[in-house]
This record gives sequence, C-alpha cells and structure tokens, in this order.
Amino acid sequence: MTPVPLRPDLAAVAAAVPAGARVLDIGCGNGQLLAWLRDTKGVEGRGIELDAGDVAAAVGRGLAVVQGDADTDLADYPDAAFDVVILSNTLQAMQRPADVLAQLVRIGRSAIVSFPNFGHWRVRLGLALSGRMPVTRSLPVSWHETPNIHFCTIADFEALAVEMGLTVERRAGLHSGRQVAAWPNLLADTGVFVLRR
Amino acid sequence: MDERFGLDRRVTLPGDFPLAGGGVLPELTIAYETYGKLNANATNAILVCHALTGDQYLASAHPVTGKAGWWTRLVGPGKPVDPEHWFVICANVLGGCMGSTGPSSIDPRSGQPFAMNFPVITIADMVEAQARLLDHLGVGTLAAVIGGSMGGMQALTWAVNHPARVKKVVAIATAARHSAQNIAFHEVGRQAIMADPMWAGGAYAADKPPAAGLAVARMAAHITYLSEEGLTEKFGRRLQDRDAVSFGFDADFQVESYLRYQGLSFVERFDANSYLYITRAMDYFDLAQPHDGNLARAFAGVQSRFCLVSFTSDWLYPTAESRRIVRALNAAGAPVSFVELESPFGHDAFLLDAPEMNRVVNGFLTA
Repeated sequence: MTPVPLRPDLAAVAAAVPAGARVLDIGCGNGQLLAWLRDTKGVEGRGIELDAGDVAAAVGRGLAVVQGDADTDLADYPDAAFDVVILSNTLQAMQRPADVLAQLVRIGRSAIVSFPNFGHWRVRLGLALSGRMPVTRSLPVSWHETPNIHFCTIADFEALAVEMGLTVERRAGLHSGRQVAAWPNLLADTGVFVLRR
Repeated sequence: MDERFGLDRRVTLPGDFPLAGGGVLPELTIAYETYGKLNANATNAILVCHALTGDQYLASAHPVTGKAGWWTRLVGPGKPVDPEHWFVICANVLGGCMGSTGPSSIDPRSGQPFAMNFPVITIADMVEAQARLLDHLGVGTLAAVIGGSMGGMQALTWAVNHPARVKKVVAIATAARHSAQNIAFHEVGRQAIMADPMWAGGAYAADKPPAAGLAVARMAAHITYLSEEGLTEKFGRRLQDRDAVSFGFDADFQVESYLRYQGLSFVERFDANSYLYITRAMDYFDLAQPHDGNLARAFAGVQSRFCLVSFTSDWLYPTAESRRIVRALNAAGAPVSFVELESPFGHDAFLLDAPEMNRVVNGFLTA
C-alpha cells in the first residue's frame, strides 16, 4: 500500500526524522504524520492529541495515541524517552510555549518544531496597510476565534532558543512547502527548527 | 467436536488452587462460554472479563433472565470482536454464582456450601483462575484481553502478572485501584445484605436468600452506574402511574419504581454472598500497592500494548483514574492509547451503544 502523500509542512518535518527512530508527535491530529513515518521509515511512533475524534481516528490507524494536553501532560514522560519529539504547527496554541519547548528537549534527544511565521511579508503588509490582524491561508481564523494564542516570527523563535540555551541543529523556512533560499523571516510562511538540549 | 469449546461449558480443574490472601481452594470449577474457532496456532484468542455483576453470558442468552448477552454491542457478527475472526472466551469469575467456584459452591471437604467459609479472594486470584482455564483450552498467548469496570481491573492485572501471555489490553471505564468512594459504596451494599435477618451469617438456604438486603445493595450500586444528567433525562421528577404524590411511601416517582425493579430482578440472578466476596476483591484492588504506591513500577515489566477508554459522565471510575494509568504506562515506556468519550450515561456507558468506543477498539485490535 502506498502511503498517502504528506501535507508539505509535514513532509519537511518528516524529512528530518531518521529511519527507525522512536518518535512522539505532540498534537498529532488524526495521526497522518505518524502513520506515514511508520509505513515508510519504520518509526516507532506515539502521539498526543487534544481532540477525542482525532484520537479515535489515529487509534483506528493502529497508532498509540493518548488524548491529552501538551501544556500539562508532557511532565509525565521520562527523560530522553524518545529519539525525536515533534511539535508541528501547535506551538502557537500552547499556554506556555517556553515550558513546552523545555519539555520537548527533555523528553526527546532532539525536537522538531514547526510553526506559522508571523514575520512573513503578507502578514506584515496586511497589518501595516489594513490595520487589522491578518487572516491568511495558514492562519485562516479571526483573532477572537483562533486557538492560536502565541504567535511568533522565525526571528522570535530563534531568539527564544538562544535565550533557553538550546542548540539549533537545523533551521529552514518554507513557503508553500518549498524551502526559501534567503530572507526566511520575510519570505517563509512556516519555520521548521531541529533543536536539542 | 472438542467438548472444551462452545456454550454452557463447565470444567473442574483438580488440585489445590492457592489464593493471594493465603487460603487454598481444594479444587477449581470454571463455567464459561466460547465463541468462534481457535485457529491452528492458537493466536486468535481474546479473553473478555466481566464486571461485578456480570457473568460468562457475554454474547449468548442468559439462562435465568433470557436476555441477550451483556456485551453484544461489542462482541458478535460485524462487531469489533467478531467470532468469525476471533476465538472469544468469557468465564464466570472466581467467587461468582453462575457456575464457577464461589461461596455458594459445595466445599468438597464438608459437603456443605462454603458460604462465609469461602476464603476472601482478589482480582489477581480471578486472573489466575482464568489462566488455568486458558491452559485447559490450549491457549498460551492471548491476542487480547478486554474488560470494562471490574473486567478492566482483571485486564490490567493480566498484563502485570502474565506479561508474556497478553499481546493487547483493552481496559474500559476502570481504575488501577479502588478509591475511598468506591469502597464506601461497596460497604453500604454489604451492610445492607448483612443487616437482612435472612442473611443468617451467610448460611441461608438457596431458596431463602436475603433478598431485601441484596436488592437494596443493588439499588444503591445502580445509582453509581448512572449519572445525575442521565437520571434527570430519563426520569426527572415524573410520577409513576399517578397524577399526584400519594403522601405515603409507595414508589410515587418513576425513579423509585425503576430502582425497586432493578433491585428485585437482580435478586433473581445473583447470590448475596458472591456479592460480598466480589465487592471485597474489588476493594482490595490496588495494582501499585506492592510497589509502595508507584504505579509505573507495577507496569515496569509489561509487554502488552494498551488501549484505555473513559467516559465523561462516569463518576464511579472517572477519567482521572484512566489518566493515572496512562501516565504510569508512559513512564514505564509501554505503548498506550487513551481516549475520553462523551456520554451522558455515566459508568454504564461502556455497555451501551458507543460507536466511538467500537471504532477505537476495532482499530486497536486490527492494527
């Protein structure tokens, strides 16, 4: 069976996962990424997801997924329990992003974090010209309805990583799933970082 | 045809059966049902463990009530546990009253019913009895053990006490220990039975049971299986076959009538002493106790995959208890899935129509 192709931002995350790794995907949704990693890279995957329907769908795919909240439940996992911990497109919805990042690099030997880049030129331009909070393709919900409460730019994220003393192993800026060659904080709609303690 | 398999089976396994509490039973009889066919390599066996007042009639008609099996929503043709594919075993628990050795059985040493001379048993003893049955059936390793409520306690115990014999564990609406509130409700039930003069220190004749006491025990327990929301929706303050309250102590309210009916019908099919012994076994249940309260250490050697399900309105074994198990399994590095499902029906939700539960169990079993 050929695995269903991944969403572009997930493909970029998946590319950073070594074959056979033990992986925890936080905010794993219906398990699309974990199933792909299992089927194509022999990854032993686990997931955490807030939504019961998504958990049911993921378990229905044969994945080990726990309904839970990354803001509170990560403390339960032992140190270095995973080779890779993934937080894709979820950091901006966390109550305490810095605490969650600290947990990621504690639980995993490395952490892959992707997030929407609020420094993208469309966001900057939209705010500058209309004076309204931007609603974009990757952030399609109005400010008062969005679960995303902690937006950052690629530059902001980099600064936080430095402040926390984390090692940035790799970084990439993506636009429509393709890596941008230069000026990622201006041209990328998504930032992807590989971090370790 | 192999006489070991099929409906209405009963086997007496000779030899001492030692118990966790130090007692010994001189022999062990187990009444059970099997559905489906054990495959040549004996790799398709699923054990389903029943709850406190359940029995082996998982997916076949009950001989006393005539009602369909108690978990036909999960087990049967086209269901997640389909006998077309799985060999399904369900046994009456040790201490039960539907054919397995229990307080109403005859003690071969005295020729009289055990009654209160029956030794106090534990959930682990129930599991050992099931393990002996599996040996008899030629089942080495279980593809899965599935249970809700007390059945979930047995399922978890299976994974801890027989790690190599269980591939998958499904534990629904359950806990790894009995809470103070759980013990308290059980004590109310036991005291209701013991306060009935017909109980006679447990030495009642089979045709003169402490029916009033057992019925009250069932009524109190039944409330814990429902939810305030469910009771309000089903009964509210509606009156039973009357237009106004009677200013007396008849069952004026529908909810009273319902509970009385639950109590009376329960007495038809259940033994009071079994109720005492099985509730005691549940009260003593605490998987972490041998590990200084550290549940993760209890799970340290497990080799199974786990799937836990809880229900939002279940206040008997609330979601927090399932989460505690999940945390401990994660800390022990065991693969675990968990989901809390929406339901207004309280603890009983696991026995009712729960399409999401079926989807989760189906996915977990087939993966």
